[in-house]
Amino acid sequence: MASAFDYAPAPESRSVVDIAPSYGLFIDGEFVEAADGKVFKTVSPSTEEVLSEVAQAGSEDVDRAVKAARKAFEKWSALPGQERAKYLFRIARIIQERSRELAVLETLDNGKPIKETRDADLPLVAAHFFYYAGWADKLEHAGFGASPKPLGVAGQVIPWNFPLLMLAWKIAPALATGNTVVLKPAETTPLSALFFADVCRQAGLPRGVVNILPGYGDTGAALIAHPDVNKVAFTGSTAVGKEIARTVAGTRRKVTLELGGKGANIVFDDAPIDQAVEGIVNGIFFNQGQVCCAGSRLLVQESIQDELLDSLKRRLSTLRLGDPLDKNTDIGAINSAEQLSRITSLVEKGAAEGAEPWSPECELPSSGYWFAPTLFTNVTQAHTIARDEIFGPVLSVLTFRTPDEAVAKANNTQYGLSAGIWTEKGSRILAVANKLRAGVVWSNTFNKFDPTSPFGGYKESGFGREGGRHGLEAYLDV
Amino acid sequence: MSDRLSVLKTYKLYVGGKFPRSESGRVYEVTDSKGKWLANAPQSSRKDARDAVVAARKAFGGWSGATAYNRGQVLYRVAEMLEGRKAQFVHEVADAEGLSKSRAAEQVEATIDRWVWYAGWTDKIAQVVGGGNPVAGPYFNLSSPEPTGVVAVLAPQESSFLGLVSVVAPVIATGNTAIVVASERSPLPALSLGEVLATSDVPGGVVNVLSGRTAEIAAPLASHQDVNAIDLAGADEVLAKDLEIAAADNLKRVLRPQPVDNWTATPGIDRLTAFLETKTVWHPTGSLGASGSSY
Repeated sequence: MASAFDYAPAPESRSVVDIAPSYGLFIDGEFVEAADGKVFKTVSPSTEEVLSEVAQAGSEDVDRAVKAARKAFEKWSALPGQERAKYLFRIARIIQERSRELAVLETLDNGKPIKETRDADLPLVAAHFFYYAGWADKLEHAGFGASPKPLGVAGQVIPWNFPLLMLAWKIAPALATGNTVVLKPAETTPLSALFFADVCRQAGLPRGVVNILPGYGDTGAALIAHPDVNKVAFTGSTAVGKEIARTVAGTRRKVTLELGGKGANIVFDDAPIDQAVEGIVNGIFFNQGQVCCAGSRLLVQESIQDELLDSLKRRLSTLRLGDPLDKNTDIGAINSAEQLSRITSLVEKGAAEGAEPWSPECELPSSGYWFAPTLFTNVTQAHTIARDEIFGPVLSVLTFRTPDEAVAKANNTQYGLSAGIWTEKGSRILAVANKLRAGVVWSNTFNKFDPTSPFGGYKESGFGREGGRHGLEAYLDV
Repeated sequence: MSDRLSVLKTYKLYVGGKFPRSESGRVYEVTDSKGKWLANAPQSSRKDARDAVVAARKAFGGWSGATAYNRGQVLYRVAEMLEGRKAQFVHEVADAEGLSKSRAAEQVEATIDRWVWYAGWTDKIAQVVGGGNPVAGPYFNLSSPEPTGVVAVLAPQESSFLGLVSVVAPVIATGNTAIVVASERSPLPALSLGEVLATSDVPGGVVNVLSGRTAEIAAPLASHQDVNAIDLAGADEVLAKDLEIAAADNLKRVLRPQPVDNWTATPGIDRLTAFLETKTVWHPTGSLGASGSSY
């Protein structure tokens, strides 16, 4: 695309990170092969290049890791909080020191732009460990009783959209509260979690406190069903979340679920249009829209629809899609061939049902998994693309006339994770925010995260909160 | 003084502020602890359960939207009405649980006090579990608790009044609406509570009381797509597991049966927070000028 906005390539060097040709499972402080010797390959979504071969954990490995975590739990939970705190502070510092390596690694394995891993993911990852480090020796002041106790072994299953950030959200509060963990990263993005094992080694973390088991869904299912796991934490799809809720039924296992979303981004006629456009773009095209709290439904007041869409389309035309390692790239690769086909089929369905797709002129690289930023107009609430989570760079535009209608449409979903409000009128922000059934409401901003702030869903977006004081509760016997 | 034949009460359900019989037309025999007939209680059907959900959903907007102060006032009014009807409840609890009159009176008084305790929580819980978050950026961000929505409550089987109130009051104190399945064997105090609620200022539909077979009524509630949460206090282990599996269909919040030795102990806030969501609202703080102090 030739335009005034052609930029010279500005690639981040990938030589800052060493990727081994193969990795084992991280159990009891050591890298080991899977019991049945199974391995799988992880590829770079932007090039389809094989990055490494990774051991694939089976149920025997799950059992071994849970035993290691159980054994480590005794000592870890008995450590004075201040000692646990210092381990977590160490981990936070090492992550800061090695954040360039980690950012490149994450971009290679996930396909998201280096701009995002470097400026959003990694600073937040370090911040989460810093935040929860400070809780480890203050738990009696957290409002959960005089001496809140850890639960034991936490089985944690995380998704591929924010591999390292989700690891931090799960591991930091678990360790701060005195639990030990067995974590399964997603099959398409295992590398940063395995790298994290090395961070634990450098920090001198006792063996068995953190165990990492790469694998597919069956590995996660085995971990969650393991009878000696006391706490289950999952981030991922609503369908899998429901399966997990059934699995833990009738047990004493505590569970938190962070699931899908279909966030409404509501733009009123008095909104600051330029800021709103930036917020809409950030809301749905951040991480190629592979974000559970993405603002995937744009609700725009009818009177400003044309003005807003013109502005939005103009802005989309300036987004740069391509090499994720290029520091100028806004839109990277879709994480996997499987996810790409899911997005493609939903988008085809949207068009078949009568919604009108639009994409900026956009050349897609010849190898790798790519999808051009897309917006749909002429969308009704009955359309599949207005109801199902697409988890890709696809925005559905709906309109409304009154604030009541906006709220009704925003809430007309099985999900309840996020929402956005754009208006200059403070009382309207508060009135609408009050009525939205969503766990996080961003007003005149979008996709802001902070370790001090509880995050989680209403309705079928799951239960429990991560982040903040609230995030401790999931890992305490309260 | 001649023997006077007493006038017996026909016990009815309490749904949407009204006192219907079960749509099924069924009743079942309720006896005291010695097996003596006390009344024929309505035996609710699946349809009754669904009607109660509709009533609870309809009431949710108004009740959750009421100010916390107002909800506290309304709940305290319930305690006042309970106090006035103390003798009746002492009688019913004594019959239901086979207690002496003085032991039953202790239970009823503890129950009224429990209700007062929760009435006082309505405008305090947000301060205890919510608050501002010190985010690392120019944003104002506030986390507040909000009611989960429509909550199905299986009242404890043994403690017919204190246990009942201990599970119902926290649910509505926080702005949820409730469908309460009364103790199967001892439903009469629960049905009478409905009469008290109707003559207090609690809007119709905020609490709906069903009597009958717990398992039969609970099944459609656990699988109902418009029920947001379920308290399994009154379910045995087998039933609780089945209901928790059914509840997963729309990811209801499930409060599993808790080991409770003694309902008279101060309950803590667990039952208040069990049916609250946390909403975090963000807004940029902006800056007052391009140059000058950042304070």
